[in-house]
Amino acid sequence: MSHKISRRDFNKLLVTGVAGSALGIFGTIKPAFAAQKRVVIIGGGFGGASAAKYLRKLDPSIAVTLVEPKATFYTCPFSNWVLGGLRTMADIGQTYTALKSRHGVNVLVDSATGIDAAKATVTLKSGKVLHYDRLIVSPGIDFKWSAIEGYSEALSRTKMPHAYEAGSQTILLHKQLLAMKNGGRVIICPPGNPFRCPPGPYERASLIAHYLKAKKPKSKILILDAKEKFSKQGLFKKGWDTLYPGMIEWRSGPTGGKVTKVDAASMSVTTDFGVEKGDVINVIPPQQAGKIAFKAGLTDASGWCPVNPSTFESTIHPGIHVIGDACIAGAMPKSGFAASSQGKVAAASIIRLFQGKEPAPPSLVNTCYSLIGTDYGISVAGVYSLSPTGIIEVPGSGGLTPMDADADHLREEAMFAEGWYRNIAQDIWG
Amino acid sequence: MQVTIRSLLTTCFVFSALLGAGAEATAATTPAQKEVESNPRGQILSLSCSSCHGTDGKSAGVIPSFYGKSPEYLETALKDFKTGKRYSTVMGRHAKGYTDEEIHLIAQYFGTVWQNNK
Repeated sequence: MSHKISRRDFNKLLVTGVAGSALGIFGTIKPAFAAQKRVVIIGGGFGGASAAKYLRKLDPSIAVTLVEPKATFYTCPFSNWVLGGLRTMADIGQTYTALKSRHGVNVLVDSATGIDAAKATVTLKSGKVLHYDRLIVSPGIDFKWSAIEGYSEALSRTKMPHAYEAGSQTILLHKQLLAMKNGGRVIICPPGNPFRCPPGPYERASLIAHYLKAKKPKSKILILDAKEKFSKQGLFKKGWDTLYPGMIEWRSGPTGGKVTKVDAASMSVTTDFGVEKGDVINVIPPQQAGKIAFKAGLTDASGWCPVNPSTFESTIHPGIHVIGDACIAGAMPKSGFAASSQGKVAAASIIRLFQGKEPAPPSLVNTCYSLIGTDYGISVAGVYSLSPTGIIEVPGSGGLTPMDADADHLREEAMFAEGWYRNIAQDIWG
Repeated sequence: MQVTIRSLLTTCFVFSALLGAGAEATAATTPAQKEVESNPRGQILSLSCSSCHGTDGKSAGVIPSFYGKSPEYLETALKDFKTGKRYSTVMGRHAKGYTDEEIHLIAQYFGTVWQNNK
């Protein structure tokens, strides 16, 4: 079906293009192709790639250019499965082949270095300048490197990986876990809110425990958390007690969890309550919107991007939509699923705006599975709509896996977690 | 001079022919566009479903596919998930997020979008 559309679209372009040249002779009617709308998308992750595919799928007359520096995008979702030995890096690598060949997206392996909102242009590292009618910025996160004394980007690349952008960071943390002795101690340091993938650090602890239990059972995991509570807390703690009794300890911010300093030489972290040594230390620093959002002046004092909750158009720069982790989306968490949902809403809104029509009121969804053990999956679901105060969770909807879910239910959710990854990856990059 | 007139005439002929073809091509909206125009609210409510169930409801894995189902089937299924009449792990939590009218629009969208793909 998509092939049929591409061909028809191509013919249409051909016909209008040639007709345009003929019309040009008379000089009174503008060539039809000059009216083709151009959307440029910065970032080919869950948000940007979803927007690219759905813009083309819903209106093939739009010219879509996607700018992404990585030829292969490794997804954060399921990167914890790699750490637990349940997946390989190849399993979580997504490419842009289908977006290019099946959906007709112009994919540029390049990075955006500047946005000129007044001129409606994007400058790329290669020097190329792209003109747009609407721009979508989906840059993900950046880290506040100076928030923890002693931590730095350089240190993240050697002794204390964050592994909160998948790829070489995931590989590094995985290698350190493989090299650790039986009886070693893993320290995970999650940041305060808001941050990308709220259940991520706790699924990570679970799947590292899954690996350690099988291969290095004398080892321990200590979670030093900046927060007082965390996503799916009751469910995770119950899962840990069931599958990994005594292996995982969690300390909240006020009880000595907040890490203020790290020291690579002694492989230790400092909290208000003292110094803790680890054999593997995973520091997940506090976060803010991706660099290009700051550079383009799309962020507010919070470090994230304020947007119109109906269309995800920036409230600072009209014509630029910000989606995914970088935007402020009310009650929605910063997750890959949420980013994809926002990408689709932005795409549908942009199509309506090009047609001079009012965008339909948004409807957004989030569904995040976390794996605690191979047969033990839990989830959080949310349906979101627009209220006068912004994006809210529809009252009475969504929520967590029930605390009293039986083994069959948990096994089914573990299976659905795998199904979720296959389909969401296919829906975005396929 | 003759040559110029002939080429001008030819150009005019090509112009009218192409104008006709161009107008026809522009008027021919794709099935997906038709779907959007007839049910924009249904579309925006439905797009998120594809993340778990696959594009247009065509699932690759263990999560149920609903590509090719009728609007009536989908509406009944969603309403049964909402009331709990039909067992689910997560669908009940989702279905409770939509009014019966919204469920109807979602069922219309997915119940017809595959027919346009034929």
